[in-house]
Amino acid sequence: MTPSDRDATGLLTQSESTRADDFVQLVSPTGERRANAEFDPWITDVDPAALGRLYRDMAIVRRIDTEATALQRQGELGLWPPLAGQEAAQIGSGRALRDDDFIFSSYREHALAWCRGVEPAELLSVWRGSAASGWNPFEHGMAVPQIIIGAQALHATGYAMGAAWEGTDTAAIAYFGDGATSEGDVNEALVFAASFDAPVVFFCQNNQWAISEPVGLQSKQHLARRADGFGMPGVRVDGNDVLAVLAATRIALDRARRGAGPTFVEAVTYRMGPHTTADDPKRYRTDDELVEWGGRDPLARVLALLDASGVDIEGLQRDVTAEADRAAAELRAAVTTIADPAPLTVFDNVYAEPNSHLERQREHYTRYLAMFDTSSAEGSDAAASAPAEGDAR
Amino acid sequence: MTTLTLAKALNAGLRRALADDEKVVLMGEDIGTLGGVFRVTDGLKAEFGAKRVVDTPLSEAGIVGTAVGLAYRGFRPVVEIQFDGFIYPGFDQIVAQVAKLHYRSRGNVRMPITIRVPFGGGIGAAEHHSESPEAYFAHTAGLRVVACSNPADAYVMVRQAIASDDPVLFFEPKRRYHVKGEVDETASLADARPMGVATTVATGTHVTLVTYGALVQTARDAAVAAAEDGISIEVIDLRSLAPVDYATIEASVRRTGHLVVTHEAGQQGGVGAELAASITERCFEFLEAAPVRVTGHDIPYPPAKLERHHLPDLDRILDGVDRVLGRPNSLSGVEA
Repeated sequence: MTPSDRDATGLLTQSESTRADDFVQLVSPTGERRANAEFDPWITDVDPAALGRLYRDMAIVRRIDTEATALQRQGELGLWPPLAGQEAAQIGSGRALRDDDFIFSSYREHALAWCRGVEPAELLSVWRGSAASGWNPFEHGMAVPQIIIGAQALHATGYAMGAAWEGTDTAAIAYFGDGATSEGDVNEALVFAASFDAPVVFFCQNNQWAISEPVGLQSKQHLARRADGFGMPGVRVDGNDVLAVLAATRIALDRARRGAGPTFVEAVTYRMGPHTTADDPKRYRTDDELVEWGGRDPLARVLALLDASGVDIEGLQRDVTAEADRAAAELRAAVTTIADPAPLTVFDNVYAEPNSHLERQREHYTRYLAMFDTSSAEGSDAAASAPAEGDAR
Repeated sequence: MTTLTLAKALNAGLRRALADDEKVVLMGEDIGTLGGVFRVTDGLKAEFGAKRVVDTPLSEAGIVGTAVGLAYRGFRPVVEIQFDGFIYPGFDQIVAQVAKLHYRSRGNVRMPITIRVPFGGGIGAAEHHSESPEAYFAHTAGLRVVACSNPADAYVMVRQAIASDDPVLFFEPKRRYHVKGEVDETASLADARPMGVATTVATGTHVTLVTYGALVQTARDAAVAAAEDGISIEVIDLRSLAPVDYATIEASVRRTGHLVVTHEAGQQGGVGAELAASITERCFEFLEAAPVRVTGHDIPYPPAKLERHHLPDLDRILDGVDRVLGRPNSLSGVEA
């Protein structure tokens, strides 16, 4: 699967962790339903109509993702981290959550934002560089996305501890990648969660690559096997199989709500696009690998299963494509509505309470900016561009 | 009024905060059953239970990071870092998460987290147990940084820190934990001096001497000693390192014309550097001499038997006072 067993530094890259077949799979890449006595009871409600809705979610987020990448290429966004390939991992887990469950995500979980009803402008403003973040976490039950790798695993754990202490059965879910499993924060979160039986799900999207580093560099064995050492169940599912992901997440959430503690879910998937729009994956992976993973597409298998179930998939595709195109158009329209922030808002929200030091800096910068204010500078062109020479103070 | 040690005053302040607000939780290593290695949390677990006073695994990032999640959930966590030199594993969670989340969330998420840190030397401890890391945090936007110096302040300031909607690094002068003082446990927070306001603990006319934490007592002793030589020192207990109460310092320097800052932390990029620069900017025309810093050396904290050659003491502070006044001192005739 990987280009070679050893990379240029002689590091072994072909190890158990790079295998992508030994996992729980309920729908094969060609759309065959595989029976599983443990997982099947958790998805008995997923009839063809429900499966069609999961397909719709995945198709729409894929379209939104494609559009956002295009917006970056056209200069409307500064950066975009595409989710392409990871639709099933994100939608399957996202649709397993209850509204009161709280999501602590990384930066690629746009499908979770979709599940939580985040508006297009709220999704894009941070990537346009117009705001520190988009949505209000408490309106959508989803924290500020985390760029520091793995830091959010601890936040989810603390949130879950608090929810349990309050006597609720709310759960938290932490999203992170294969690379994050090497971070101390993730390991420390696993320790805390296990020790306190915190109602948290550690949802690891193993997309095979941490920018240019293969998962074999993070781990010699399957990431899910690490869970045993922390004293919690570890489950490894086909992350491109939306039903397997849905079932695994429901099992983990049920365990959390029962007070039985955390679960580690490894969703084996693949990042079809670059790490971000600033990345060039051709430098570290082969076309063959892309072709291989393209054959395990999360959407195609659902469509095949629906087809076999007698659903009019041409009609479904037509409807979903139209809806996805509308979502993409809304996204494109929204990006232009995102206002550039006013200069002095740079000082906003550093503190929740008045802060004498920052207020002084704000006041001084306000005075500085006023020097360039043409409306109060007698129409002078010089005042509009720069402080006049000799005006040193 | 009750006579309490500084450690007992903190204990009383924490007990009051736990009683007043059910969302206050204490977290840290050995703070529950043991009551903390300095016994600051003694008896609190027995009184409030294991869900309010939480013994955590040995992980500073874990303690601070889970506190972030608890703050998201609406809690008001008070975490203890067992010793100053142990805070670095939690540095990312403090600097990148606790400090920034209010800004990053556009004001939607508050981080009312208090991070208690016993700090400073003078107790003959092993390495990593005597450090003064406060400047890292004073440099970090989004944090408030305070240091208490006496039991009365400790009791009030820890409650103010917990009540603050901004995260607070709360530095406790560990070598003064056993110093006793009068504490008014009936006073309300509303009437208390805000924790951002400095206190003039001795009045004087020749030199303004600014410090915080354990050195406040040393500075007061230095003022008494200097008075015997006819030198009048005004001692200011900074209390808040970020933001700094410049109004109090400025008013004093405008009268004395001389500024000395002393702290245990090293000089390079320290709180004293910021104070000297800012006071120079703000009231240069009132200064009769360049501000003087009396600090720890810019070295890793030395072995216990050398710490008296590292920590500013009464004589080194007075040497600095002589320097700012142009009196004979250790650097007389030496280019600064």
